[in-house]
Amino acid sequence: MSVTLQGFRRTAGKRPEQSRRTTIEETRTDKIFLIGVKIMLWIALIVVAVPLIYIVANSFSSPSAVSAGRVLLWPIEPSIRAYKEAFSDPLIMKGYLNSFIYAIGGTLISVTLTIAIAYPLSRRTFFGRNVIMSLLIFTMLFSGGLIPTYLVVQDLGMLNTRWAMVIPSAIGVWQVIIARTFFRSTIPDELYEAATIDGASDLRFLWSIVIPLSKPVIAVIALMYAIFQWNSYFDALIYLKDPGLFPLQIVLRNVLILNTLTGSTTTTSLAQQLEQQQLANVLKYALIVISSLPVLIIYPFVARHFTKGVMVGAVKG
Amino acid sequence: MSATFEVKPAPAGPAPRAAEKAARKPPRTSRRTQAWRSLRRHWQLYLLIVVPLAYFVIFKYIPISNAVIAFKDYSPIKGPWGSDWVGFKNFELFFQNPVFWTLVKNTFFLAAYTVLASFPIPIILAIALNEIRNGRFKKTVQLVTYAPYFISTVVVVSMTILVLSPRLGFVNDAIGLFGVPQIDFLGKPDYFRHIYVWSDVWQTTGYSAVIYLAALSGIDPALHESARIDGASRLQRIRNVDLPGIMPTAVIILVLGVGNIMSIGFEKAYLLQNPLNQSQSEIIATYVYKTGLLNADFSMATAIGLFNSVINLALLLCVNFVAKRITGNGLWS
Repeated sequence: MSVTLQGFRRTAGKRPEQSRRTTIEETRTDKIFLIGVKIMLWIALIVVAVPLIYIVANSFSSPSAVSAGRVLLWPIEPSIRAYKEAFSDPLIMKGYLNSFIYAIGGTLISVTLTIAIAYPLSRRTFFGRNVIMSLLIFTMLFSGGLIPTYLVVQDLGMLNTRWAMVIPSAIGVWQVIIARTFFRSTIPDELYEAATIDGASDLRFLWSIVIPLSKPVIAVIALMYAIFQWNSYFDALIYLKDPGLFPLQIVLRNVLILNTLTGSTTTTSLAQQLEQQQLANVLKYALIVISSLPVLIIYPFVARHFTKGVMVGAVKG
Repeated sequence: MSATFEVKPAPAGPAPRAAEKAARKPPRTSRRTQAWRSLRRHWQLYLLIVVPLAYFVIFKYIPISNAVIAFKDYSPIKGPWGSDWVGFKNFELFFQNPVFWTLVKNTFFLAAYTVLASFPIPIILAIALNEIRNGRFKKTVQLVTYAPYFISTVVVVSMTILVLSPRLGFVNDAIGLFGVPQIDFLGKPDYFRHIYVWSDVWQTTGYSAVIYLAALSGIDPALHESARIDGASRLQRIRNVDLPGIMPTAVIILVLGVGNIMSIGFEKAYLLQNPLNQSQSEIIATYVYKTGLLNADFSMATAIGLFNSVINLALLLCVNFVAKRITGNGLWS
């Protein structure tokens, strides 16, 4: 599926450029202008990339070099000490595992529920779909607020359980709109009629025809949910108390922002304390890399689909 | 706002036979019989939607009804509806609180600054990218500028703190080259807004530009073509072809931005906050969190949250109305 989309996009994007190339010669001011544009883009590239490279370079440097602030864009006295330390820390590893559980479990639940509501709402024969849609959109504009939602989660007995991480934020209205628009624009009514004549029920039609035909959009919303779940820390902050349930983002916050060191800090000599402190500094950089890696690895492959999904949703329907 | 939407065909329901009788008379099929027929034929769809609808009722609409505790003295034993009414006492207390104006001011300035900075920059980036035809360079810039959007708030804030830190960060090294003494950026309240806004721009510009790039690619190439033949320079074509072309998109994004000014997120402000910069970093959302969950004053926190939601909704509707009047483009047509 992705291949066809790629090909389509490439040809669609190229056409105006080629025609531009074949027409009249560029004037002098235009050439200067173009150089200005390129310089601007280089600046944008550098401004975004330098902090990222800086973090990676630091994470691979020796603790003493990092603490002296000597590292800029290339590792100094390369070492993977910080990574070893991070991967042997039980709290960080536990957080990593928890985040995976929440991301995978949450995505499964979210995608299932999103399809279950988006598909009926996409059908013309579904009575009351406009009213339900308005009710959904209203929740985007107005909410009860932090405490009233907290009370509901509390009443359901979800506080301090894994459910609190995946259920209260299960369905995104935005994702429902994206899926609904896709179903409406790509599944023709004739297909449904043909399936009914062959004796397919609504559920059978959804399962055997709609879902296989909608793989690209399902992939997009699944990735949106997964990345959102991986990156979120707010729900964990308010609903979870038990450190054994903390996702990685909360562990990161404790280590990186609140400066609470993990592991045993029962050091004796001053030299050891200094080393601990230096190690803690590199550990921060390594943790940033470790936590962002899963998302940044898949990102280049999904960026195009992500963009497409955003576009589908942007078409008002 | 209760559980019965029209999934079920009106109370008590006429028996199937009655519906069939009604169906036999073609000229007047009422909405009720239509609904009933749809329900009978497509009952599986209605079954499918029950659980997601229950989700919206439980996690979105019950909280809205729970917000009634803003007008009550909430007691956990009596529950939201059983607690005693106190009228507008919580609101009055909040308005009289000296912290009130600070919160409103901090929230407003922070959000307004964010909108002002993060509205034009993606447009400039998108137009610049659109001018370039070098495939690989263009793709690289796009891929790299888009990437920070996928990094979590916790990590972005951590990176900001590390990069700006007095001893370790390279920003202080860089300004040190010009003889400027080291600055503890996060410890100074005056720097808070700049840090917040520009780290936000760093993170979201690439993402926002994508939307404008799509709008730009939707512009008819014939317009550019004829402008070229008429001798328009690149800059003139940007001003007279590209900008009008992305106008509707830009209006929608601006409306959303301005309309959501008072609902600026909790997450980042809370993470960047520390006791030193609190005079500017305390916004309504962080104050609600502290009042409600750290001090357990549920009624007061709900009242403040409700005040904020109402202001925000009103603002969004107003801005949308004005935008529709002026440009003909609104959030919903």
